[in-house]
Amino acid sequence: MINLQPYENPMYFVYLVIALLPIMIAMLRGKQLHWYQTIVSFAFLLLAFGGVKWHEGIALIGYIIFEVVLVGAYFHYRQRENQTWIFCSAVILAIIPLVIVKVTPAVYGHPSLIGFLGISYLTFKAVQMVMEIRDGAIKEFDPWLTLQFLLFFPTISSGPIDRYRRFKADYERVPNPQKYLQLLDKAVWYIFLGFLYKFLLAYVFGTLMLPYVSKMALSYGGISWWLVAYMYVYSMDLFFDFAGYSLFAVGISYLMGIETPMNFNRPFSAVNIKEFWNRWHMTLSFWFRDYIYMRLVFFIMKKKLMKNRIAIANVGYLTLFLIMGFWHGLTWYYIVYGLYHALAIILCDVWLRYKKKHKDKFPSNRFTKLLAIFITFNVVCFSFLIFSGFLDKLLFHNIILR
Amino acid sequence: MKEKVIEILEDLTGSSDLADNLDINLFDEGLLDSMATVQLLLELQSQCGVEVPVSEFERSEWDTPNKIIAKVESM
Repeated sequence: MINLQPYENPMYFVYLVIALLPIMIAMLRGKQLHWYQTIVSFAFLLLAFGGVKWHEGIALIGYIIFEVVLVGAYFHYRQRENQTWIFCSAVILAIIPLVIVKVTPAVYGHPSLIGFLGISYLTFKAVQMVMEIRDGAIKEFDPWLTLQFLLFFPTISSGPIDRYRRFKADYERVPNPQKYLQLLDKAVWYIFLGFLYKFLLAYVFGTLMLPYVSKMALSYGGISWWLVAYMYVYSMDLFFDFAGYSLFAVGISYLMGIETPMNFNRPFSAVNIKEFWNRWHMTLSFWFRDYIYMRLVFFIMKKKLMKNRIAIANVGYLTLFLIMGFWHGLTWYYIVYGLYHALAIILCDVWLRYKKKHKDKFPSNRFTKLLAIFITFNVVCFSFLIFSGFLDKLLFHNIILR
Repeated sequence: MKEKVIEILEDLTGSSDLADNLDINLFDEGLLDSMATVQLLLELQSQCGVEVPVSEFERSEWDTPNKIIAKVESM
């Protein structure tokens, strides 16, 4: 059987548009084709997780049964009772498969058998459901809709991370042809912008330039201008590759009448690191903000575990970014990447407070804004250099003899 | 209720003229952040007796004083 990875090559889009055509025609006539949509989703999941990747497919099936049963069981429990330890156990159970998948390679040196492409993103969705069920925000449990939400194929491999209640509203809404036409319009724009990002710009930075600067930086060794070049080229590749993919995922979602949230909003125009995280991989940073940071801060303040607001915020940042670092993988550079961003945000807050106190002292004009963007951009690119793992290779595993 | 919410907001944001700017976007203007939001939810709980779980806090529905007042009054 053939295997087709999402958005990997232009042919994928041809198959996709042909398969989605009946849905698009139905939507334009104000009708839903849910049964057909389910068949298409199943077919594309089969293409991504079948063939040579069949073992991932089995892992996905096992995982999804586990999570749906867990969410369902917690929902039924929560209708009667609301004990904190049961809630915590449900969250821990929901993330255990992901933890195993992340820890296995670090301990045993080979990927886990229960891993599959996109497990992190499905876990974010499942945990989110458990938390919203606890808060009483999700008022009914629909296993079928939960499956549709978790397995929504345009976003399955790398997000964007949608929210259950938002997805449900879109999924169930009877399409309005006028509105759908606007969605189509945007979808076409996003998909073509995605082509530019992923198949042209990411190709230039990632496939043409990166191997060369990498080789040069390794042969010079240590700190060199080639290393600086690597930092910028890698950052550009990372952005265009991921933003391009995200544009595809959002565009294809729109074709199906689901307004999956955007993942990037001109991140390199941010004037400080805090704003950067409101523009970069937004669905992930908002997930961390809403389900970790805000809940942790809420807990600390409500239980009066700490008094000082600044200290509470800092504890929140450190927790958030450390978890984000571990989530990327158990290597020193992902964890340093997390710490680096926590530190950057803490310092950013110090600076913002100082500026607020001495408002009249600092000029604010086009030049200061450009300077702020420039500094933020470089702070971010340096973090991506850490993230890339290239320093690990350069410092500890550089096999090129000098 | 309205005065109380404005008082809480003025206290949290440190700006004293919110009563005249009820449609100002608190997040875009940098007056509220996640931290202050949590404080807002806790203050609403202790001072107004409205319990808002974090899940119900959808930023776009809570981004101006007017929207917050409307939300609180509807609860």
